Amino acid sequence: MKSLKLAIPLAAFLAIAAFLAVGLTRDPREVPSPFIDKPAPAFRIERLADAKTPFSPEDMRGKVWLLNVWASWCVSCRQEHPLLVDMSKRNVVPIVGLNYKDKREDGLKWLARFGDPYALSAYDVDGLVGIDYGVYGVPETFVIDKQGVIRYKQIGPITPEALEKTILPLIRKLEA
Amino acid sequence: MRRVIAALAAAWSIAAFGQAAEVAHPDARVEERLRVLAEELRCLVCQNQTIADSTAPLALDLRNQIRQQVAAGRTDDQIRDYMVQRYGDFVLYKPPLKATTVLLWIGPFLLLAAGVVVFVRVTRRAAPAAQPAAHGADEARIAAMLEDEGSGPKP
Repeated sequence: MKSLKLAIPLAAFLAIAAFLAVGLTRDPREVPSPFIDKPAPAFRIERLADAKTPFSPEDMRGKVWLLNVWASWCVSCRQEHPLLVDMSKRNVVPIVGLNYKDKREDGLKWLARFGDPYALSAYDVDGLVGIDYGVYGVPETFVIDKQGVIRYKQIGPITPEALEKTILPLIRKLEA
Repeated sequence: MRRVIAALAAAWSIAAFGQAAEVAHPDARVEERLRVLAEELRCLVCQNQTIADSTAPLALDLRNQIRQQVAAGRTDDQIRDYMVQRYGDFVLYKPPLKATTVLLWIGPFLLLAAGVVVFVRVTRRAAPAAQPAAHGADEARIAAMLEDEGSGPKP
């Protein structure tokens, strides 16, 4: 009886410690996206490099592709940029850029300077497409399958770990 | 270290981004409904502020979205759903009661109940413990002392 009483505070402590330990491994900035396994929201906007030709996610039907939200003013976009350039060189999947709340000339200059990994970039000048995709911190990257369903969302820059452990295996699975 | 730099860069990219001016809707009723709605929606960029309080560009965009939708005659529930569809339940300061949030809602009450149980048990045990000093063998000593009282203090 005595030892049981002593065990209660210990159990309470362990429970709290377990909750806190799990909490420490989580990034509070990463809010689970409600879009996972939902169809990618439709839009139709002009391209960054070509104001006359619109782009719609419908154009990518039948392909596994990435939608990468970027901007020339976004510093951490530069951090992931070499990974995207490398992916496009290896022709892994088409990467579509969503140039978010940017000036057209700034966006184009940025691509000329750092390299253009994108099959094309859609030009979301007022950020409305961003809102429809629940974008709240650039960069963000969506993995979209052949049926146009969002399967994964990377919040913040793509890290080499996230690419190797999550994104590439998922792409291989979706393409199979 | 790299994570710290990444976090700083992320914060900076949000701060560095130019702020457009906010234009209030001419109809005061629209602004009033916007104020009430925006007070209960969380800004995803600076997570401890409401969309009403935040100066983040995204909060500004969302306030403008709410203005447009209120003016277009959408109900508060429709506008809340619009936000939840995009940003998840996290956007609501008052999360809905459902399977994944049950612990969040009843957790504090469970802890309170546990506290009450502990309190009651501890106080019940402590109360009788204060009495026994006046019983048994001590009673005889007290009686003896009281008797001595009459004959004055002992040297």
